[in-house]
Amino acid sequence: MGDVIQSVLAPAGIQAARIAHLWWVMFWVCTVVFILVVGAMAIAVTRGRRGASDAGHRVLSRNVAIATAASIAALLVLLTHSVVTGRALETLKTPDALRIQITGYQWWWDVEYLNPQPSLRAVTANEIHIPVGRPVGLTLLSSDVIHSLWIPNLHGKIDLIPGRVNEMWIQADRPGVYRGQCAEFCGLQHAKMAITIVAEPPDQFEGWVAHQREPAPPPTLPSQQRGLDIVERGPCAMCHTIAGTTAGGRTAPDLTHIASRSTLAAGTVPNTRGYLAGWIVDPQHVKPGNKMPPLALSSSDLQALLDYLETLK
Amino acid sequence: MSAARPVTGRVEVLDADDPRLGSASLERERRQLDDAWAYARGIAGWLSEVNHKAIGRRFIATAFVWFSLGGVLAVLMRLQLSRPENTLLGPDAYNQIFSTHGTTMMFLFAVPVMLGMGIYVVPLTIGAREIALPRLVAFGYWMFLFGGIFLYVNLLLNTGPDNGWFSYLPLSGPEYGIGRRADVWAQLVTFSELSSLVVAVSLVVTIFKLRAPGMALSRLPLFAWAMLVVSFMIIFAMPAVMLSSSCLIMDRLVSTHFYNQAEAGDPLLWQHLFWFFGHPEVYIIFLPGLGMISPIIATFTGRPVFGYLALVMSLIATAFIGFGVWVHHMFATGLPQFGQSFFTAASIMIVVPTSIQIFCWIATVWTARRIVFATPMLWILAWFCVFIIGGLTGVMLASVPLDLQVHDTFFVVAHFHYVLIGGAVFPLLGGVHYWFPKITGRLLSERLGKLAFGLFFVGFNLTFFPMHILGLHGMPRRVYTYPASMGWGNLNMLASIGAGIMALGLLVYLTNVVVSLRRDEAAADDPWGAADLEWATSSPPPPYNFLPSPTVGSRDPLWHPELEPPVVLGLAADKREVLVTHLLDGEPDHRLEFPGPSIWPLLAAIATTILFVWSIFSPWGVVWGAIPVFVTLVGWFWPRKGRPPREVEADRLAGRLTPTEITS
Amino acid sequence: MTTRAIDVSGLPEYGFGHRSILWWATLGIVAIEGTMFALLIATYLFLKGRAETWPPGVSPPLLTWGTVNLVILLASAIPNELTKRAAERLDLRKVQIWMAVCIAFGIAFNVVRIFEFRSLNVSWDTNAYGSVTWALLGFHTVHILTDLADTAVLALVMFIGPVDEHRFVDASENAMYWYFVVIAWLPIYAVIYLAPRVA
Repeated sequence: MGDVIQSVLAPAGIQAARIAHLWWVMFWVCTVVFILVVGAMAIAVTRGRRGASDAGHRVLSRNVAIATAASIAALLVLLTHSVVTGRALETLKTPDALRIQITGYQWWWDVEYLNPQPSLRAVTANEIHIPVGRPVGLTLLSSDVIHSLWIPNLHGKIDLIPGRVNEMWIQADRPGVYRGQCAEFCGLQHAKMAITIVAEPPDQFEGWVAHQREPAPPPTLPSQQRGLDIVERGPCAMCHTIAGTTAGGRTAPDLTHIASRSTLAAGTVPNTRGYLAGWIVDPQHVKPGNKMPPLALSSSDLQALLDYLETLK
Repeated sequence: MSAARPVTGRVEVLDADDPRLGSASLERERRQLDDAWAYARGIAGWLSEVNHKAIGRRFIATAFVWFSLGGVLAVLMRLQLSRPENTLLGPDAYNQIFSTHGTTMMFLFAVPVMLGMGIYVVPLTIGAREIALPRLVAFGYWMFLFGGIFLYVNLLLNTGPDNGWFSYLPLSGPEYGIGRRADVWAQLVTFSELSSLVVAVSLVVTIFKLRAPGMALSRLPLFAWAMLVVSFMIIFAMPAVMLSSSCLIMDRLVSTHFYNQAEAGDPLLWQHLFWFFGHPEVYIIFLPGLGMISPIIATFTGRPVFGYLALVMSLIATAFIGFGVWVHHMFATGLPQFGQSFFTAASIMIVVPTSIQIFCWIATVWTARRIVFATPMLWILAWFCVFIIGGLTGVMLASVPLDLQVHDTFFVVAHFHYVLIGGAVFPLLGGVHYWFPKITGRLLSERLGKLAFGLFFVGFNLTFFPMHILGLHGMPRRVYTYPASMGWGNLNMLASIGAGIMALGLLVYLTNVVVSLRRDEAAADDPWGAADLEWATSSPPPPYNFLPSPTVGSRDPLWHPELEPPVVLGLAADKREVLVTHLLDGEPDHRLEFPGPSIWPLLAAIATTILFVWSIFSPWGVVWGAIPVFVTLVGWFWPRKGRPPREVEADRLAGRLTPTEITS
Repeated sequence: MTTRAIDVSGLPEYGFGHRSILWWATLGIVAIEGTMFALLIATYLFLKGRAETWPPGVSPPLLTWGTVNLVILLASAIPNELTKRAAERLDLRKVQIWMAVCIAFGIAFNVVRIFEFRSLNVSWDTNAYGSVTWALLGFHTVHILTDLADTAVLALVMFIGPVDEHRFVDASENAMYWYFVVIAWLPIYAVIYLAPRVA
């Protein structure tokens, strides 16, 4: 099945591992039940007919009762296992966890690394990095409709509901890049609302998050400066933020470190210069219905803008 | 107020040699009944028809039309998903198509087709001449028909629903639901629920009050039991969705705030109300299927189904527990842990009554006198394989942790198609094959029937089994496309091929219907050797169902000729008179004249349709639209028979009119 | 073998109460609409449970007119019961009289209902509290309106005909439905008028 970056059966963290274990228990119990019941029916259908049928009424009643009792017992086992797993999933909550706030938008994810000290906060979008081996508490909000955050390699899904605050606790136990996707139908581009999760060793993570907190580097080349001018004077700044510039819009993904992310438009296309150009010029072709308007730029303006955006590592 | 016959309040017992039982007398009665109950003729007659057999046939045929259209939409979806990054359908078209597919299958096919089977079969199987409140049932049919037309016209006009069959808020609310699409969905719900509710009331009253003498509740055929339980579930579940969809329309049309979290409302209120209906809906859909299994198994094993009481109690228990499990659709919304455990336990325990039924049927087959592998029996045997898979994955979904993973993925799509197609459509297709000779007077071809069954069974499993795996491998539901890098392409292609085979199977099935209808050979009254009363009359039955009307001496009346149940005489033959019996023991109580053909149900349905459609555009549609509805209802209920009040009062004063003391 | 047939021609052509199929049909409608009322009340309590203050930002409805209507509705049970009894005795004269009285009551509580709406202190589009309060009162108003219309049409039949026994059965079932509308008002009154005053 191709990559296992988005699979219930390839757990990369304690939560998903517990659920995968529960799945296999359920799978085998249910398989045995299926074989027993369908097997009984198959024998009933194929066995020889022996005349009068009502003779064994008491035997039949007893056997139905035994089968029912056995089903109840099997169900109780599954119920217990399920409840125990549910309890275990709650145990990851710790006060010293890394806290990230994720807000759902049609159709992208706003990500904010929370910290009691405002200067230590970091904002990004559609891609989160987490340290391996450390619990992470996700605070889930929605700014418009209901979304659902699902990163199957790490945990099950929890909804992002307007007017409510939900929580989800995850922990990655091995480094890797995982993919998540919105799992609650949220409108036209529900299919293209993915999120990338990079689990990395703690020191690497600390380096990454420290870098994310920094403002955008000032442009060094003239074409980059021209690109920044286009951002600040053009329509980009109305929706997007680039920390360290006058662009401070809050309704679209933060672009301060756009060049450090692996995809564009919430996992829709890879983040390369070509795709970025296509996205800026005709976003409605790449992801019809999204809120970004097409930008009519001369070819040289576009190149300047790309030159600038590529500096936002 | 005629006193042609003295009202003694008593049932007389006649001897076998009574002249009224002579063939000449019965022949005279038959001619009178043919007259009094004749199907209305011409176009106006067709529009006025109220006989339960005509309306039942229309319900079934119309539901199969919507089923076929919903199937076409499904094939379109499977074509779109057969390859990654496919561009056959854009997101807007895909979202309308999957929403209309779900809405069609739930509201325009699954429930109405089962009610249609109930409307046709229940009065026959309980030995009644007509369904209770036949005009109301006709009204229900017209609302169902107009609702379906309304939905598909809107789909063609590009205003089809696009928020799924569940229409979650706030996506469908005033802020995000564009145009009239969410209103169309909400009003379609109102159409179909109104239709289902009136039919449910009618079925309850029919089963309670129109059973043949001697048919105590303890002798009620299991199919009728299933329809009774389902009707009660409809009565208590469907108001929830009518309420929630009305609140949705009001939020959109007159700025109420039921679901607006900014003004003290709550989008989760929608989910609670919707699933309070939506989960029982699943049982409403497959309990009739369970009801069809029992008579089919009994017929083709040649013995009564084992464990009648256990089967009845299981149906009732399922209905009760079915109202306590709705939250398992909302585990991912982040509800408190304790509540979730309760709903997990309830959702798991609902499996127990269904298991008991399965064990009883296995016991029946185990001790069969014979096993006839006729096509209906094949559908039922296949039911065991597919429905049990659906039930077992249901147990998995009841577990909160596992549900958090597979909720809203293709695993769930696989699960509920195993439950709904496996649980309801398999027995339905078997049931239609089984009752077809009774309904049409022609047997379906067994060869084509078995071919259709084989194709459908293989296609079904090929379509839906891979979806379990897709869900586990991370594929969410309701996506119009997926990246090639996810590796979901092969299994999706397999599912799409399966869908083609399944569609072919359905095509063969429908071809069989058309071809068989044109055959000359008439079906016998009881071609399968079944036990229930519908097989005691001709195929198809006369408009009045029975002459003479039967009484019942056992649970399997046709298998116990030695009990030689007496027949009912003395119902008027020159008008549509029906025998009303007691609720519990089925003893005769009084005779009641039933209405004949009437155009008013159609007119009332047209007026109601105008109100519903108008109300999408303006709240005044409800106010002004109520006037024609009122007028048609008065026309409907205004009495045609009776005498001037002055004469009635004069009779009373003269002592000629006294309330009858009824002893029975 | 003793009997081959039973003859039911001696049975009456109508029955009152639970013997009548209309009684069961009415009960079915009562069950449907009772479920609607119960779910609306559940909606109210659900929203109330979610809110920090209730009613949010507005004053509770004035008690006067709702209470007046409570009294009128309860009092209407008397002519309603008398209509029912007269119908079951096939006493047309009394049915006519008591139905007319019922109609007078029906008009009275529909008129008072206008004042009730005006003293709610909230509009349906103010907030969700206003929406659900209006929905509760509005849904009950639909019932008292339709019940009034039903009764008026049936009374018209009783005055100008044609009349037979089945119309008396109708009158008896109509009285049962009237009871439902009266009884439904008790919990709705409590929710609309008392719930906002309870913390």
